[in-house]
Formats: sequence, C-alpha cells, structure tokens
Amino acid sequence: MTTAAPTTSAPATTAEKPATRRPARPPRRRGERSPGASVALHLTLIIASVIAVFPVLWVLLTSLKPANYATTTDFFKETTFENYTNLIRDTEFLTWFGNSVVIAGLTTVLGVFVSATTGYAVSRFRFPGKRGLMWTLLVTQMFPVAVLIVPIYNIMSTMGLINQPAGLVITYLTISVPFCAWMMKGFFDTIPREIDESGQVDGLTPFGTFWRLILPLAKPGLAVTAFYSFITAWGEVAYASAFMVGDENLTLAGGLQKFVNQYGAQWGPMTAASVLIAIPAALVFLFAQKHLVTGMSAGAVKG
Amino acid sequence: MAVHTSQSVAKAAGDDVARGRSRGTGNPPPPGKLRRALSVHWYAWTMVAPVVIVIGVIIGYPLVRGIWLSLTDANERNVARSIGVNDMPATYEFVGLDNYVDALTGGQFLGTLGWTLVWTVSCVAITFCLGMALANILNRRIAGRSAYRMALILPWAIPGFVSVFAWRFLYNEERGLLNKILGGAGIDGIPWLNDPTWAKFSVIAVNVWLGIPFIMVALLGGLQSIPSEQYEAAEMDGATAWQRFRHVTLPGLRPVSTTVVLLSTIWTFNMFPVIFLLTRGGPGESTQILVTQAYKFSFEISPRDFAQSSTWGVLILVLLMLFAVVYRRVLRTQGDNW
Repeated sequence: MTTAAPTTSAPATTAEKPATRRPARPPRRRGERSPGASVALHLTLIIASVIAVFPVLWVLLTSLKPANYATTTDFFKETTFENYTNLIRDTEFLTWFGNSVVIAGLTTVLGVFVSATTGYAVSRFRFPGKRGLMWTLLVTQMFPVAVLIVPIYNIMSTMGLINQPAGLVITYLTISVPFCAWMMKGFFDTIPREIDESGQVDGLTPFGTFWRLILPLAKPGLAVTAFYSFITAWGEVAYASAFMVGDENLTLAGGLQKFVNQYGAQWGPMTAASVLIAIPAALVFLFAQKHLVTGMSAGAVKG
Repeated sequence: MAVHTSQSVAKAAGDDVARGRSRGTGNPPPPGKLRRALSVHWYAWTMVAPVVIVIGVIIGYPLVRGIWLSLTDANERNVARSIGVNDMPATYEFVGLDNYVDALTGGQFLGTLGWTLVWTVSCVAITFCLGMALANILNRRIAGRSAYRMALILPWAIPGFVSVFAWRFLYNEERGLLNKILGGAGIDGIPWLNDPTWAKFSVIAVNVWLGIPFIMVALLGGLQSIPSEQYEAAEMDGATAWQRFRHVTLPGLRPVSTTVVLLSTIWTFNMFPVIFLLTRGGPGESTQILVTQAYKFSFEISPRDFAQSSTWGVLILVLLMLFAVVYRRVLRTQGDNW
C-alpha cells in the first residue's frame, strides 16, 4: 500500500476515520490534520466534557460550603466538611449505606453469574425455547416499572420478603439480567467456537469448558455486566422506597427521600449525601471503564 | 453454527434449526421426543433455568394480573384489603374492554401518547447524533483521549437520582446557577421547570445528558471493530472524508446502531425516574409521559385507580412490542439477522 510509510502505525490509520471535513492536501500524511482542525476537535471535546462533568462537580462544590451558603454561585466559600459530619452523626446514613452495599453487591454477583450462564447457553446451544427466551429478555425490558410495582409488592409480601434485602435483590435481577444476558450473548458470540471444541477434546465437561476456558476470556464483558448490575441496584428509587420501610432497612435511595422530608429543601446535607452516594458508583466505574468499550462493542451491540 | 457437547447434540441442533425457524417461539417437542430432547438439551436448559424461573415468577404473574385488572373496574375502594382486623373481599367486576375503549376514545391517553412520542423520538435522535459525533471524535488519535473519555462517560457512572437532583439544583428558578448566569449576562431568568414549554425542553435536555454515554461507548466499540483496510481502500479510490463516513463508517456501525436504537427507544419510552424526579409530570400534566401517568393513577390520585393504571400499562407494552416487531421486520428485510 502506498500508505505503508514507516510512520503510519495501525492506530494512526484508525484515527483517520471520521475525517476532517476538508479536502486532504497532498503533503499531509494519513492521520495528520491541520492545527485548526485539532483546535476545533479539542474545543468540542472540552465543551462536551464540561457539560458532562459540571452538574456533578457543582454538587460536590456545594457540599463543601456551609449549609446556609448552599445557593451561592461562588465556587468556593468557607470550605468546610460540616455537611458531611452532620450527615453521618445525625442520620442513619451509614446504615443505609451498608444496606445498599449488601444489596448492590449481591445483585452484581448473582446478576453477573446468571447472565453469563444464560448468555453462554443462548450463544452456544440451539435448544427449544431459545428464540422465545431471546424475545422474553427483550420484552421484559418493556414493562413499565410503575405498573409492575404493586403486583410485585404483593408477591414479595406473600413470600415474606418485604423489608428483606433478598426481595430487592430478586427484583433488581429482573431489571438487570435481561439486558446483561443479551450483552453477554453478543460477547460470547465473538469468542471462537474452536476454544470450546478444544476444551472438549481435552476432556472438560460443558460446564468446565464454560468455567475454565470461556469465562476468563470474557472478562471485558463480565466487567460491563458487573458495572451495569451494580449501577442498576445502587441507583434504583421506586422499588427501594416501596419495599423497604423502617429507618434501619432503607437503602440510600429510599433514605435520601426520607431525608428530603426531614430537612425540607436543605441543599447542604442533600448534596453531601449525593456525593457520598456517587463515590462508590464512580469507583466501580473506574474499575470497569477500561473494559467498557471492548465489552460493549462485542456485547450490547451485536445482539 | 451449533457445535457441541456431543455428537448427538450436534445432530439435534441440526433439527432445531429447522424447528426454530418454522415455529417461532420454540414449542416443546411432542411427548415422544421429550426424553430425547431432555437428554440433549438439559445442559442448555439448566443454564437458562434461573433466569426463566425468576422472570416467570416476578414478571409473569404481575403481567397476568395487570392484564386481568385492566379488564375490571378495580380501584382502591373495591379491591381486597384489610381495615383493622376485618378483611374486605374484593368487589370489583369484570367490565370487558370498557377501559380500553375509554382510554382510546378519550383525549387524555392520546394527548399523553403524543407527548410521549415527541419525547422518545427527540431524546433518541438527539442523543444518537451527539453520541455518534463524540464517538467519532474520540476514536481519532488525539491528545488526552482517555481523560476526555472518562469525563464524557461520567454521567453514566453517577446514580440517576443523584444527577437528576443535581439538575434540579441547577434549574431552580430563583436561586439556580443557570438563571444566575443568565442574570449576570442581563437576561431574564427562565422558568426551566415551571413553564410547560420550557419544562419539556428541560426534561429532554437532562435525558440526553444521561443517555449520551451509553450510546457513545457502544458506538466507540463499533467504530473500533471496523477494519482500517476499508478506510484505506476508500481513500485510495479517492473518497472524500464525508464519503468515507457515509459509505464506510455508517454501514460498519449498522449492527451496533440497530440494537442501540432499539434499546434506547424502549428505555426512553419508559423513562420513569427522569420525569418523576424532575417535574412529577408538571407543570399541570405537560411533561407527563405514559408511564408516569400510569403510576399516578395507581399511587397519587384518590381513589387510586388500579384498572385505569393497568390499562395504560398494557397499552404501553402493546405499543412497544408492535414497535419491536416492526423494527425487526424492517431490519430483517434488509438482511440483518438476530
């Protein structure tokens, strides 16, 4: 190829893609662009990043101001942690936090496992009910939460699962697993079947093949699934506030609602709580984000 | 396609291809074959069993009950309930399709449906276009790429109720930052959430903000799977930048885009938290979408109207399923297959 000059590495070629909207001038090599184009790209990205980050950042900054200055527009004003200390001292925040960790953790572990097995079965086997299952997984996502909530509440109270973490975990699994299983299916589709076959040749059971060979290869997909399950469980409001009552059983989402009533519209403590709630989610995200692009591309995606 | 576990699986898998095609939802095989099917498929069935059971119980029953309630006149006053120690039996009656007739002939459902469609289409379209643009930029070699990527995915990493709260804080009419900035520039404050038209704009803006990371990440993955040879070939044939985008990038992203658009449409149509936490459907009913209105029927009005709520829920489901079927059919005639 004419472009195979030593300077043109593979990343440079992919970087060229979407194209500068101007006729390429002869002296410019592939993957290079004019300074003007670079500035425009950076400017676009900076504006977009500011819009993406600012609302979150603003909450963080507000939480560091004394409560009565919460609505000032200064970025910093008498920086203090009193919102945080008040929050932890005067409310059940830590209990709610613990509840949320347990529920979100269980949902993540179970959700990843269940969607991985389901995704693998759908990807590798042809069995009666497969198409039906794929459709069910899609249709399940169409159910409006608002309509399911009363009947699910009834079931949970029949089974004695109201106010139990298990009740919420099961409910969250019905939200996260359909999407995750779909995504894992797409991901397993990209892993060559020869690997499964080699496992059988070496005498592994089907489950052994799945567990020892395929799962380790599917780490990016698993990371995305874990991230999605965790975020779903961590940030859910409607079921959490309907199913859990009593101060010591609430999750963060439910607790925060209560907290609004308790303190009226006081922004100070609310913002502090928001920041503390966002931190674990951001940590999980940091852990998963390395895999996010590869995981999603193989997964969501090819359906 | 179907490899597997043993030779018999491979053979049965062959049968299955035909069966799957002709019957759609894969009916159980006739009784004589049951034992054979079990011995062949037990492994796959075991793997999907947990999902099937949980979904069957937690989604199946509520669905059936919802459909039943939509055919009755159930409301708070006539369902089974206990007052003190007395258990009151349910006294609601079967009314056939009356609820559906009411919903489809009255103005409220159709009006809400209209706004729900505007909301869904504009959210998905704007989110998709912006996500596509950002994914394309991020896919180039550019300094600080991973920092930009982190920043742009951030809205996804924050729990929804926290970021919706953050936006309410910014939108606040008297003391919110947005209006203070406008005031600083000498512009009158905008009633972001208190004027019907502005409220519509505001909720769409927040939903776009929330939705971009998902689309961007998915498309970024799709972009990276397009072989660079295709671009080289296009370039050698003298394709302009726009032509390369139009004829290489877009077709290459097709498998990703179709799934992403389908999922986004479903999620946006049912996007309860954004509307509920931001405006509660107000001012008036101006930002009420079908889901939030259905929720309102069974939780916020008095007496709580379960029948009406279920009717709307079933209609939502029917609409989305119609959409999914049509969407898939269109894709299939264009040669996609899933």
